[in-house]
Amino acid sequence: MSNIGMETSTDAGGGDAAEATERAEHPIFEGADWEFSTIQRAHEVIQRVALEELGLDVYPNQIEVIGAEQMLDAYSSIGMPLFYKHWSFGKHFARHEAMYRAGMQGLAYEIVINSNPCISYIMEENTATMQALVIAHAAFGHNHFFKNNYLFKQWTDADGILDYLEFARGFVMDCEERYGEAAVERLLDAAHALMSHGVHRYPRPRTINLRMEQDRQRERRLHDEQVFNDLWRTVPGKGTQRSDPSAEERRRALLQLPQENILYFLEKTAPRLAPWQREILRIVRHIAQYFYPQSQTKLMNEGCATYVHYEIMQRLHQKGLLTDGAYVEFLRSHTNVVFQPEFDDPRYSGINPYALGFAMMQDIQRICTEPTAEDEIWFPAIAGKGEAMAVLRDVWANYRDESFILQFLSPRLIRQFGLFHVMDDAAEPTLSVEAIHDERGYRKIQRALARQYDVAWIAPDIQVVDVNLAGDRKLILHHRALNRITLDERDARHVLQHLADLWGYDVLLKELDPTTDAVLKEHAATPRGGLLGGDGG
Amino acid sequence: MNIVDRRLNPSGKNLANRQRFMRRAKALIRKAVHESSASRSIKDADQAGEVSLPAHGVHEPSFRRSASGGIRDHLLPGNKRYVEGDTIPRPPGGGGAGGAEGAPDGEGEDDFRFALSRDEFVDLFLEDLELPDLAKRKVVDAEQLSWHRAGYSVSGSPTNLALNRTVRNSLSRRIALRRPKAEEIQRLRDEIAALSADEDAKEQRLELEEQLRRALRRTSLIPYIDPLDVRYKRFEAHPKPVAQAVMFCLMDVSGSMTEHMKDLAKRFYVLLYIFLKRRYKNVDVVFIRHTHQAQEVDEDTFFHSPETGGTVVSTALDEMRRIVEERYSPDSWNIYAAQASDGDNTASDNDRTANLLTKVILPACQYYAYLEVGRDSEHFPPGFIRRDSDLWQTYTAICRSGVPMAMRKVGHRRDIYPVFRELFARKNQAETA
Repeated sequence: MSNIGMETSTDAGGGDAAEATERAEHPIFEGADWEFSTIQRAHEVIQRVALEELGLDVYPNQIEVIGAEQMLDAYSSIGMPLFYKHWSFGKHFARHEAMYRAGMQGLAYEIVINSNPCISYIMEENTATMQALVIAHAAFGHNHFFKNNYLFKQWTDADGILDYLEFARGFVMDCEERYGEAAVERLLDAAHALMSHGVHRYPRPRTINLRMEQDRQRERRLHDEQVFNDLWRTVPGKGTQRSDPSAEERRRALLQLPQENILYFLEKTAPRLAPWQREILRIVRHIAQYFYPQSQTKLMNEGCATYVHYEIMQRLHQKGLLTDGAYVEFLRSHTNVVFQPEFDDPRYSGINPYALGFAMMQDIQRICTEPTAEDEIWFPAIAGKGEAMAVLRDVWANYRDESFILQFLSPRLIRQFGLFHVMDDAAEPTLSVEAIHDERGYRKIQRALARQYDVAWIAPDIQVVDVNLAGDRKLILHHRALNRITLDERDARHVLQHLADLWGYDVLLKELDPTTDAVLKEHAATPRGGLLGGDGG
Repeated sequence: MNIVDRRLNPSGKNLANRQRFMRRAKALIRKAVHESSASRSIKDADQAGEVSLPAHGVHEPSFRRSASGGIRDHLLPGNKRYVEGDTIPRPPGGGGAGGAEGAPDGEGEDDFRFALSRDEFVDLFLEDLELPDLAKRKVVDAEQLSWHRAGYSVSGSPTNLALNRTVRNSLSRRIALRRPKAEEIQRLRDEIAALSADEDAKEQRLELEEQLRRALRRTSLIPYIDPLDVRYKRFEAHPKPVAQAVMFCLMDVSGSMTEHMKDLAKRFYVLLYIFLKRRYKNVDVVFIRHTHQAQEVDEDTFFHSPETGGTVVSTALDEMRRIVEERYSPDSWNIYAAQASDGDNTASDNDRTANLLTKVILPACQYYAYLEVGRDSEHFPPGFIRRDSDLWQTYTAICRSGVPMAMRKVGHRRDIYPVFRELFARKNQAETA
């Protein structure tokens, strides 16, 4: 902790503290050229700052230098270094390549993988400054976040992911040899279509083993014996009526319905899938689950990494390890990254997670060290605490985007960004402004913005609600159409077709208005033969 | 920390995925290729290029919310003038004010553009087409031989000496015969030298000298490289089938041929050229234009120089015969001819033309295509028959099954490719024109 004390005094003291740290003899590099020793050196000094001054906790780093084509490769297989083969990756590659060639799109400076060791790809075209920036950003910022955020801890296994991907690729290749590329491709198509609904959103209860089951049963019996009263038998009851609903309930309980993880449900329950098909569904589902935390922490993850690289580069410059030229180059690139166009700007395309994330991290630092009276009221727990890095590390570990915004979006930032909330009700002729950056609006804006980052609001809520395995085996799903926004018709039809193919029997999707339970729309699909192979489909 | 340099990893890691994608989208890509080739200029008809596919064709669906309807919240930065309770007229184009609900991977309804390499392009362009009658006219006059490596031999020219193999044989022979190594001899010499001063070790020295003598003798008896060891690289000659073709472009350039007709003809020639180019290494092109007299010209003159006169088709066939006799012996050349005309011919010439064609030209040709070009306005639906031209009538009599000849009518640019495909479609059925 003494480290942190020192470090905060650097923050508070500003210039003098920086003067106090002795300046290095030589900067780590001069000019734009770099070689491997440059990267090695940069990594060493950055590591010193990151671990000793910022107190970050990271996986060991592996830095891989790649060229443009390899970067495109990485893009197309969602950043993973090895992946099974599927046409959609070829499509993404072709798209990115065409855009890159036409000059419509630059390539990212880096891609970082949540694995242990943490792999960061850096582009060979980057200048030395950019390489340092990338190392600070990815190899320490993202890396720290991956290792410490509770969502990643809960849902991903950084040690095993590369091995798992290796296994997945091998398994899919094996299946292609054995059952033909076409069969595997059809299966993967269907699985990919359902990928967004192949994640567990909540940790499941552990399965109960026999011993626990017996214990529970004994307790239940004891309880029954204790409260037994023969009089109840004489109370006129509903008798016969009970059997039906209990059968249905039992069925639903056995199948763990309702179930929102559709791929999981299919893997475990679909009556006609072959074992290898179940395994492939499982692979797709695991990969979806692996990426699940990333979609929930985009803002924080980027905010954390941007804050870290900013701090590190600033300190390196103060220590004389970066030349002034390199520092200016860094600042230019940094300001580009955290630029937030306003809503009426032609460049506007949503809220920039780098901009908002970085601003919020800096704001937390400010609240810790120089709180205003307003901050004292809004953030009594951290205002004036002083130890900004300790607070930030705690934030990075324990929040996701939604809770982070709800907790830490300060009125000052809302004013600074000029955030306002517009509601668009298709039933009304005009849009209406619900809240702006004023006293009455802060809470509303916090809540509304947080909701936009809440997965429960982003992904449509679709659940498998019922199936009668003993009867016609028709699978019934419900989409609770939040705010009466129904599914995209064409896509829904396609996905439902895939779902029917996997299930092997008819499928019905009902879209309900969650407030009234009225059915807004229905889609149905009947399986096309063929997907399930030679079992007479 | 590890730094790994991946730049030298084999590239083309994505090739398998790309091929899968191409296979998947084949029908769409093929269509796009044909559309794009229609809009290209002729010169770069076979170059690499971008094609664009309709986005829905290779769409990856997922359950996602539709872009319209319902109640939507937008959180926007940069408020300047709005206060709570204001109403804003709906921006045109639906509720896209925020764009926050855009498609998840940014994939809208835009067309999907991507680049094809030249080979991929031509492959798709000419897919399912085949040169007719290749089998019948297999030219196997082994005039050209190509040499291929075929193992080793014990005799040959010094330039073909297989050094590795020779030394390997020598080494195994030397080991087998226990030829003393140079180091061993040197060691013996050193030991003798070390002992020479020492009188006590005289016996030992003599023994060593004896050993040395035997070793030297053995060395001289067993050569380092024996003629037995020597191997030469062996080559075998394979006859190479003649892979060259000549393409004759015959065209009527009399006044009745409009620019439009010439353009149609040109397109057809271009297709034929690309097509031949793929099958043969060397493709010669001969341009023969004719009015009432024929002459061989260069490409530019062929298409662009104006000419007047009557129309005597047989002159062009005569000229072609002359050139074939002079330069392109049918024994070593695959000969293709494409004739474009508006169908006019001097009535008295029809018999002579038919004669020349059946007796001289067709026997020498792999394939003879006749393209009758019409005016754009005269475009007629397939199946509709108008009055046939002189030449058409003449050729119809010749063109029966078994003869390497085909004839089609074309009135519009867009028909060129279908007609070409029809002419060269794999499963080359008997001409039914």
